[in-house]
Amino acid sequence: MNALPVTEADLHAWVDGALPLARQAEIEAWLLARPEEAARLAAYRAQNLELHRLFDPVLDEAVPGAIAAAVAVPTPRRRWWEGPGGRCAAALAIALAGGLGGWTLRGASVMPEPVADLKGIRQAAADPAASLPRQAAIAHAVYSPEVKHPVEVGADQEQHLVAWLSKRLGAPVRPPRLGKLGYELIGGRLLPGESGPVAQFMYQDAAGQRLTLYVSTGQSHNRDTGFRFAQEGPVSVFYWIDGKFGYALSAAAGKGQLATLAIAVHEQLEQAP
Amino acid sequence: MLEPGAELTACIPRLRRYARALVGELNGAEDLVQDTVERGWSRIGEWRRDGEMRAWLFGIMHNLHVDQLRARRLQTTTLDDDTPHPAQAVNHAAGLELRDMQAALDLLPAEQREILLLVGLEGMTYDQVAGALGLPLGTVMSRLSRGREKLRTLMEGRAAPAATLQVVK
Repeated sequence: MNALPVTEADLHAWVDGALPLARQAEIEAWLLARPEEAARLAAYRAQNLELHRLFDPVLDEAVPGAIAAAVAVPTPRRRWWEGPGGRCAAALAIALAGGLGGWTLRGASVMPEPVADLKGIRQAAADPAASLPRQAAIAHAVYSPEVKHPVEVGADQEQHLVAWLSKRLGAPVRPPRLGKLGYELIGGRLLPGESGPVAQFMYQDAAGQRLTLYVSTGQSHNRDTGFRFAQEGPVSVFYWIDGKFGYALSAAAGKGQLATLAIAVHEQLEQAP
Repeated sequence: MLEPGAELTACIPRLRRYARALVGELNGAEDLVQDTVERGWSRIGEWRRDGEMRAWLFGIMHNLHVDQLRARRLQTTTLDDDTPHPAQAVNHAAGLELRDMQAALDLLPAEQREILLLVGLEGMTYDQVAGALGLPLGTVMSRLSRGREKLRTLMEGRAAPAATLQVVK
């Protein structure tokens, strides 16, 4: 064993999920032999969770008028991803779609392996029509490698998950069942989208391959589409727009395999009341 | 590029969440956000040099908060009125029945609390925190470490830590 020595900084980076996977595994092996340290770090992780539980509701509160008025907000005629700043906007989208992950992306010294994949996405052409699959692909690339916190609410609380996301999106959303195709729901999370909250459901197969379904409700400016396919860096995306809903199914999988899954998802969503 | 004003506005919910945890008291937190937004907007021309508006805004908020703490300390003749002194935090806690994380947070020295929150709540990388606060990385790490350990001690001093630490969604 010639693993690097474990430092206090490593342990905090482990708490914050900021280590590359290989190093994370080394730390976990190290912790197995040290239950007191493991308990200490578990308490630190619990602190992070408790902070989010206590203070995340503030994110949903209406911003007091006096604060909002402090910024003279111009109403842009163009949507933000259009125009010459498209690449910057895409970089911003990483930060927005990433949420917590978006911060992590910027720190080169703790940049986990999968982040390199995002570069392919960021450099994609700034085509407005490509906005939905690109944002879905970014969200997939950010959250699907997560080992400890891939979702905010787990599938064991599916009722709560459905109620919560439906409330936040202002429309009923429900994760399709993909068990027959080998994918089980892990859970979901809420993300900031270009025109409001967006839901992401995450699935996993027996081999650990992850699939995410991105559901946006801000698509009324777009016309309905049939199935479309986009390759965003390493992430394959099937997407379609149905009324105000935009759906995008993403995985680091081949087009053929993903197509089968996308058809199943589409069928179930069509049948939903 | 997103309009700077719209981008700043998009940062407000996160500034409010952080301020609420940092200040602990609603009116003080909202005032801090308002001051931060006003100062950020008045200096909006400066932010693009760094590119990351949120980190830049948190840096502004940090400076304002430090100024406020300093002003409060100057106004009062004693330190123990409403400013928990770092050295007293643990002893205080022993005699107090802490009701929740908020109470424990309030007992941390501000310099540890802000780093703990920027990392644990805001999800910033250690490098970003160092950049936003203008501190060496080593200082950020040692304050994070001490803050987390102090918070753990405070939380474990409560009546039934195992039960109340359970996260209920």
